[in-house]
Amino acid sequence: MNIRTLTFKGGTHPPHSKKATEMHAVERTLEPKLVIIPMQQHIGAPCEPIVKAGDEVKLGQKIGEAKGFVSVPVHSSVSGRVVSVEPRLYTGGTVVTCVVIESDMQNTVHPDIAPKGDIENLTADEIKTIIKDAGIVGMGGAAFPTHVKLAPPPDKKVDTVILNGAECEPYLTADHRLMLESPEDVVDGLKALMKALGVKKGFIGIEVNKPDAIEVIYNAAKGIEGIEVVALKTKYPQGAEKQLIYACTGREVPSGGLPADAGVVVNNVGTAAAVAKAIKTGMPLVERIVTITGAGVKTPKNLMVKIGTSFREVVEQCGGLNGQVGKIVAGGPMMGITQFSLDVPVIKGTSGILILSEQEARLPKPSNCIRCGKCIDVCPINLMPINISANALLDRFEQAEGLHAMDCIECGSCSFVCPAKRPLVDSIRVAKREILARRKKAQSK
Amino acid sequence: MENSRFIVSSSPHIRAGETTQRVMLDVILALMPALLAGILYFGFKALTVTIVAVVFAVAAEAAMQKLMKRPVTINDLSAAVTGVLLAFNLPVTAPLWMVAIGSIFAIVIAKQCFGGLGYNFINPALAARAMLLASWPVRMTNWVTPGADAVSTATPLALVKEGIQYAQGVPAAAGGEAAGQVLPSLTQLFMGSIGGCIGETSALALLLGGAYLMYRGVISYRIPASYIGTVAVLALLFGKFDFYLMVYHLVSGGLFLGAFFMATDYSTSPMTAKGQIIMGIGCGLLTAVIRFFGGYPEGVSYSILLMNIATPLIDRYTMPKKFGEVKKSA
Repeated sequence: MNIRTLTFKGGTHPPHSKKATEMHAVERTLEPKLVIIPMQQHIGAPCEPIVKAGDEVKLGQKIGEAKGFVSVPVHSSVSGRVVSVEPRLYTGGTVVTCVVIESDMQNTVHPDIAPKGDIENLTADEIKTIIKDAGIVGMGGAAFPTHVKLAPPPDKKVDTVILNGAECEPYLTADHRLMLESPEDVVDGLKALMKALGVKKGFIGIEVNKPDAIEVIYNAAKGIEGIEVVALKTKYPQGAEKQLIYACTGREVPSGGLPADAGVVVNNVGTAAAVAKAIKTGMPLVERIVTITGAGVKTPKNLMVKIGTSFREVVEQCGGLNGQVGKIVAGGPMMGITQFSLDVPVIKGTSGILILSEQEARLPKPSNCIRCGKCIDVCPINLMPINISANALLDRFEQAEGLHAMDCIECGSCSFVCPAKRPLVDSIRVAKREILARRKKAQSK
Repeated sequence: MENSRFIVSSSPHIRAGETTQRVMLDVILALMPALLAGILYFGFKALTVTIVAVVFAVAAEAAMQKLMKRPVTINDLSAAVTGVLLAFNLPVTAPLWMVAIGSIFAIVIAKQCFGGLGYNFINPALAARAMLLASWPVRMTNWVTPGADAVSTATPLALVKEGIQYAQGVPAAAGGEAAGQVLPSLTQLFMGSIGGCIGETSALALLLGGAYLMYRGVISYRIPASYIGTVAVLALLFGKFDFYLMVYHLVSGGLFLGAFFMATDYSTSPMTAKGQIIMGIGCGLLTAVIRFFGGYPEGVSYSILLMNIATPLIDRYTMPKKFGEVKKSA
């Protein structure tokens, strides 16, 4: 195996904390009795529910219709009866319309669901349609509709697809296990994505702390023309889109631009596997691998979870909560979103459920900035986080914008390293929101 | 057991173990070899001076914060660092009341009046040294030779300035005021058995401490390397390519103390990588100019103070080029 080890400038080294689950093969969760399926699981326009209380639904049946181009349909992950269509709390921290379905435990598959044929025999447009109809979104966490990425503006010349298998978030091992257990799906998914975009070059980037995954994927992709497996240095945020593109191709996505501006489309390995599955089986995206981990859970596991299963049910299948729990995080510790409650459903973008103990979750008390400059050293975008933050905290948003606040990718490296425990990325987020709001206001005038 | 409430906060949800206190503790640890050298050469009075400086610095910080009704943050150890650094910049003969005044000036005027930790624009210890030197010039330059039978002496650089000659490490007698005095050898300078401030004489001990700070990631090589490098190049140039004189300049006059511990002070040095190199070069340039062309034998503390003042400007003009700024590929 002769592969290159690549990386980007900056970044930091949080403890991996992956030992608890990286050797645990993916298990299936027990059939949920009730699923809560949000109509908004993706970035973009929410879906319109097309079922109502009392309706019978089958596994894989479409229950939410996409509204607009940047949107994807939502499907039932069980067969059974719709109990209600009502607003419920979801992992985004707000309340959205959800379809609540009681399972009949039969998993009767919807009759329309059938294999779509060989990737070789499908056209690019057919692949795009399958991806859109299967409700596939970015599985790494951001949940951006995949078919939108596959339709770059005509003036952007895309020549490369990169699969993100970096899994640079500490604790999470869902992508790692997926690569070990379903390497063919990952590689076939990449082939389908390359065909849909009409490109000849594909990369699969994996951090070197997963040598087994690199080997398995390397073997699965051996002999396939145009696909290169790339070993990435273990460093956070190696899996950030722009950093990954730089590591694999040496290209910089221009400030404010899209990956397509650098001729690249990036997808998560999980997304690629979902694409392959949708083509091979016809089953839309109704389940995903979730890493349930952290000191606050008794037996950390990787589980195949049906979309809509509540966090509570999933955690119970990992032995339940352990000791005093401080924080529930949907996703990883660097960029995940904290939850008010365990009664939220797993959605398409839920890569992990991280449960931190009360002690780990305690918020550090910020003190004076000592101007050590560590935030500047680690910023993968070469910003000066402390200066943006200092301005943001004084409501000086124009100055924050002048210091390129809008280029911040919110990876959290600055807050992580800060010895004074300053709320750096937090205040930059506030500045970004404020700057966007002002831009909008200026436009509407 | 399930809480009724979970903590909800913005990411990241984990933080590095590094704290301000740990950073300051590392600096104090790194200064210990030099303190030991100081005690070895100048006796226990060196330790007394250091303790007095630390105690008054910490007490001044606590008192000032109480007075201003701010949280007392002496636990972050930054005042203790200032105390040690001030003591290191004083001759062992300094009267204790003067040490106390220096500590109080450093903390109250140079640090707390400007907002406390991270907000002071000049290095507090150096500001206090400059104030003491201006107020009590004789007491501040009352150097003694190391050892039990301490007698009055001058610092090696002062001797050089006064025209003491040497040849390949063998000092030769010379005329002038300091006649009869001989230049210490390079080995003496490197080990620190020479006249000078408590913590500045042993280049070896300071090098050990500096290496520790770099190993711990507290400081980067940028300021010390560019500072010492610049002094080396300019000493060679100004000294008419006298290699021996160049080495002499490097290991004397508190250059290592300044380069590793004073010029790297977070609050008063640039945060950007480029800025730190500019800081080092600037300090080196000023030091060499003061030493060779100024009326003053040692230039380290004033050059650092001058560069401290330039720091905000340096930071502003060395903002790193952000990722993705280069080209707009069509």
